[in-house]
Amino acid sequence: MPPAFGIEQVQTSADQGEIRIHGSLRFAEAAPLWTELRRLETSAARGQTLNFEMSAVQRIDGGAMALLACLRAELQRRGVKSEFVAADAHVQRIIHLYGGDHAVARLKRRRPLGTLDQLGRATISILLEVKLVLAFFGQMVVAGAGVLRSPRSANWRELPATMERSGADAVPVILLINFLVGVAMAFQSAAQLKQFGANILVADLIGISICRELGPLMTAIVVCGRSGAAFAAELGFMQVNEEIDALRTMGFGPMRYLVLPRALALILVVPLLTLLADVAGVLGGLVVGVTSLDLTVRGYLNQTARVVSLWDISSGVIKSMVFAFAVALIACQQGLATSGGAEGVGRRTTSTVVITMFTLILVDAVTTVLFRMAGL
Amino acid sequence: MSDPLFKVVDLTIGWDETVVQRGATFEIERGSIFAILGSSGCGKSTMLRYLVGLEAPLSGSITIDGLAPDQSVPGRPLFGVMFQSGALLGSLTVGENVALPLQAWTCLPPDAIGGIVAAKLRLVGLEHAEGRMPSELSGGMCKRAGIARAMALEPDLLFLDEPSAGLDPVSAVELDELILSLNQQLGLTFVVVTHDLESIFKISKSCIMLDRESKSIIARGDPRVLRDTSTDPRVHSFFNRTPLEVTS
Ligand SMILES: Nc1ncnc2c1ncn2[C@@H]1O[C@H](COP(=O)(O)OP(=O)(O)O)[C@@H](O)[C@H]1O
Ligand SMILES: [Mg+2]
Repeated sequence: MPPAFGIEQVQTSADQGEIRIHGSLRFAEAAPLWTELRRLETSAARGQTLNFEMSAVQRIDGGAMALLACLRAELQRRGVKSEFVAADAHVQRIIHLYGGDHAVARLKRRRPLGTLDQLGRATISILLEVKLVLAFFGQMVVAGAGVLRSPRSANWRELPATMERSGADAVPVILLINFLVGVAMAFQSAAQLKQFGANILVADLIGISICRELGPLMTAIVVCGRSGAAFAAELGFMQVNEEIDALRTMGFGPMRYLVLPRALALILVVPLLTLLADVAGVLGGLVVGVTSLDLTVRGYLNQTARVVSLWDISSGVIKSMVFAFAVALIACQQGLATSGGAEGVGRRTTSTVVITMFTLILVDAVTTVLFRMAGL
Repeated sequence: MSDPLFKVVDLTIGWDETVVQRGATFEIERGSIFAILGSSGCGKSTMLRYLVGLEAPLSGSITIDGLAPDQSVPGRPLFGVMFQSGALLGSLTVGENVALPLQAWTCLPPDAIGGIVAAKLRLVGLEHAEGRMPSELSGGMCKRAGIARAMALEPDLLFLDEPSAGLDPVSAVELDELILSLNQQLGLTFVVVTHDLESIFKISKSCIMLDRESKSIIARGDPRVLRDTSTDPRVHSFFNRTPLEVTS
């Protein structure tokens, strides 16, 4: 079927042209219409006139009109004079509806930022984020002190449910991950230790590294992915939905009502999860020791009990409390800083996980060095 | 005339780079129903956030009874606020939402709180929805529940952001009646953001109209008088529902 419209270009004088359009212009035929007009439109140069002659247009719909108006605006921005002329009354109404007779606003051109500029801005925004987290930490401490003085002023009703969701529900995945970490580490070291006939030392290696480092760290990473992301999304949605503002106007500070209960829940459950993680990791090492290093169950466990001191375990537990606090702090801060709808919630959830992971590793390194320097 | 309850002097509101309204100065009388009018996007909801103390003014001052509204220190609220979306807590039922301020700020036993919650929900026509979750309500119902929650602590000042938008005509009229009777019988002061002309003329005797282009207050006074006498084309077209001719 041939198109229901026709277009021809007429040069009426040296610097004046017309695009004559006839027939009926429908959005269904937008693609050929656009290509055809584009081809004609490029011929006009600055200072010339190129009008759209519309007298023979019988029908035009909104989509087609939008394309024409867009072309006219583009021509005018290039310095070509362009108007719709000689249109019927009913076509003229559509032209008016789509702004075909309005003055064309100049486009504001944005200069792309240079690399150095972008780098600077990114650095500043990271530093600002750090500052905000620190400020939030301060507010949390102040609110925490207030709650210590009058414990009833915080909202403890959600505490058990939060502990269950962040703690009990995480047990299977924590056990499995740490068991597998124990297995993998034991396998890697088994090959080396066998060469020296020092098979039994695998128990020392696994026991100490799991209790001091990997147990707390892997647990915190899992908690960050599960609960940190959940807190950020929950609070972020509440922020976007004006629920936080509503709470404030009812006299509930979000710190006491939302943040402190969540932080306390994590500080209570993460150390317990870490202890379970230690056990699972040691069991992973035990399985490898027994199956491929000719160790007995009793021998392996005795060796573990002999080398792993109470401090190895308790330093891990102390670390895990710091990790738990860091996860809650960052997740709640990011959640409450959310703006901009569903997309904003997604962005804050992502940044929660990224910032928390980074912070966990940093805190882990710092505490390990500090403990070593203190000779512990 | 008694002193105004609310005094706003040369207030500028907005976000870091964007100013939404500049130099707003007005007063709200005790016991009045004060309307904030204007086209959508002109900053009415934003203005309300400043009035209730959720944001700190970029410049200028706001005082209620001589004090600045400030939400940074938690405490028993001086007024009730209904947000444009209702802002019910999604994790609680409608009844629990209304009960929340009562549990925190009164020492009433649970059965007394239950009685108050039921009564407030009946006032806004939601007695059947007490046990439902906010996600199961329509937009208009969430708003009405938000009004019930704002009224829970018997405040003598209520802020309502577009209370009748999204309501059916019958509920909207009932809501107007409710606002009028609370105002006349109990002397409550209302600050209402609204577009609903019928409701504006019925309930409000003083208003300000905000404008998006000029970022300022373009009219103030009794809406009925403004409708009949204003010569400003923007005010005229708002009150008479006529399109504003674009001048370019
Ligand atoms: N969080 C925000 N950040 C930046 N601008 C905003 C934000 N929220 C609203 N605005 C802008 O402020 C203006 C006023 O919004 P609002 O007060 O919601 O208008 P309304 O009068 O319809 O209630 C609008 O132009 C809107 O785009
Ligand atoms: Mg609004």
